[in-house]
Amino acid sequence: MTLLAVDWLLIIEKLVLIAIIVFASLGIALYTTFAERKVAAVLQDRPGPNRAGPFGLLQPFADGLKLIMKEEIIPTSSNKALFVLGPGLAMTAALMTCSVIPWSSHIEIFDRKIDLQIADINIGILYIFGVVSMGVYGMMIGGWASNNKFSLMAALRGASQAISYELAMGLSLIAVLMLSGSLSLKTIVDGQMAAGSYWNIVYQPLGFIIFFVCALAECNRTPFDLPEAENELNFGYHQEYSSMKLGFYLFSEYINMIMSSAVMASLYFGGFDIPFLDESTLAPNIAAIIGVAALLTKIAIFIFVFMWIRWTVPRFRYDQLMNLGWKTMIPLALFNMLVTGALILLKAGV
Amino acid sequence: MSITQFLFYFLTVLALFSAVMVVVSKNPVHSVLWLIAVFFAISGHYILLNAQFLAIVNLIVYAGAIMVLFLFVIMLMNLNASAEPQKNNWLKLAGVIAGGCFLMVLVSLVKQANELNNIAVTMGTGEIGLIKNLGKALFNDFVVPFEISSVLFLSAMVGAVVIGKKA
Repeated sequence: MTLLAVDWLLIIEKLVLIAIIVFASLGIALYTTFAERKVAAVLQDRPGPNRAGPFGLLQPFADGLKLIMKEEIIPTSSNKALFVLGPGLAMTAALMTCSVIPWSSHIEIFDRKIDLQIADINIGILYIFGVVSMGVYGMMIGGWASNNKFSLMAALRGASQAISYELAMGLSLIAVLMLSGSLSLKTIVDGQMAAGSYWNIVYQPLGFIIFFVCALAECNRTPFDLPEAENELNFGYHQEYSSMKLGFYLFSEYINMIMSSAVMASLYFGGFDIPFLDESTLAPNIAAIIGVAALLTKIAIFIFVFMWIRWTVPRFRYDQLMNLGWKTMIPLALFNMLVTGALILLKAGV
Repeated sequence: MSITQFLFYFLTVLALFSAVMVVVSKNPVHSVLWLIAVFFAISGHYILLNAQFLAIVNLIVYAGAIMVLFLFVIMLMNLNASAEPQKNNWLKLAGVIAGGCFLMVLVSLVKQANELNNIAVTMGTGEIGLIKNLGKALFNDFVVPFEISSVLFLSAMVGAVVIGKKA
């Protein structure tokens, strides 16, 4: 049986890791919805959800139960197969990003070194881009299969917005890649952790701002939530959806938010690095656990900023969105790339 | 059967099945989605050949960008199964025969080409598809064609903007 000539321990290890990361992301996303409502409440000076459980902590479960209990409606004139496929694709694409993010260094159990990253591939960042561009299909297929003009309009808006901002995002990333000389997220994080080097945000403030704005647009968050502009498009591309299929769409948005926060933390804020602490002096297992905590803290801060922006900044108009993307973000990203390249050459003394 | 062989056959069957479904599907949107599946399977083949960069770029450019534009056009034109013109059965038969002949020519060409004889494809060993080697080859050996093609892309972009401004 040469078919079984694989390292089964490795496969089991990776499967356990995948299960943990997927369920943890779902759990965090669950409480991100709660945090969103609480942050909104604080910013609007009202108590927010406080009835279900202590401090309203059981509210996300009540919401989830409500969504599951709702009647599942598939419109008669819709394209049924694609109508069901849409939310699934959106969710899959959102979750697939987590596989290349280095969640921490490695832990040692029974003399076995386990990396806390599902796959350290040498094209990590390009992989994230590939997955992000797949995420567009969930929206487009869902919007089209609903056979509703508003859904289709919203889906087209969402897709063109995502494609436009992907360009600026990629250009701003090139500067980071020039600094670190690698596409692997693990190498980029290690480069920022090394003694005597600073986080990439120090070298790339403009690049980070561009990346952040593009991430807002990619996640369809306010001020770029044009695909869900209620006052123009009723409810957006998931207009016809009900029950858990709607839940999947809404949920995938929160998972996208978590994943883009994790990517930003890894690229610009040192990933699982703890500032002013030399991790190599700690025992590997303790360092790994502290690293996870550090990364999760950074993610939480980013998510808070996402929400803060959502409840303070009003929505852009569609032409403003496109102008910002094509006429401001892309030239700025190109300028940033040129300056970075020139400085690197200057430092190398060529 | 090793795991690589197993994956190879799986991806090949997936690619061929999806390619047939592209042609057979009545609904143009379904055709586009099957075509995306073909791109995925081919990217899988690239990974088996140790060309991760090509695999992911194939996904980003073809499956992620060009196919989205295809979907845009088809969705906006509202093409669907009922709008598809009914073709004559004889015409279909003629198409099958013509396509089959073309396939035969291609297969015989591949079989007789001298370059391809006595060369066994080895899985997972090549190095040229890795981003480092590809970059070195592009910027050292093929720098002039590479730059010329980038100018071509730039002019296409400028052309698109000019046309867009006129409308």
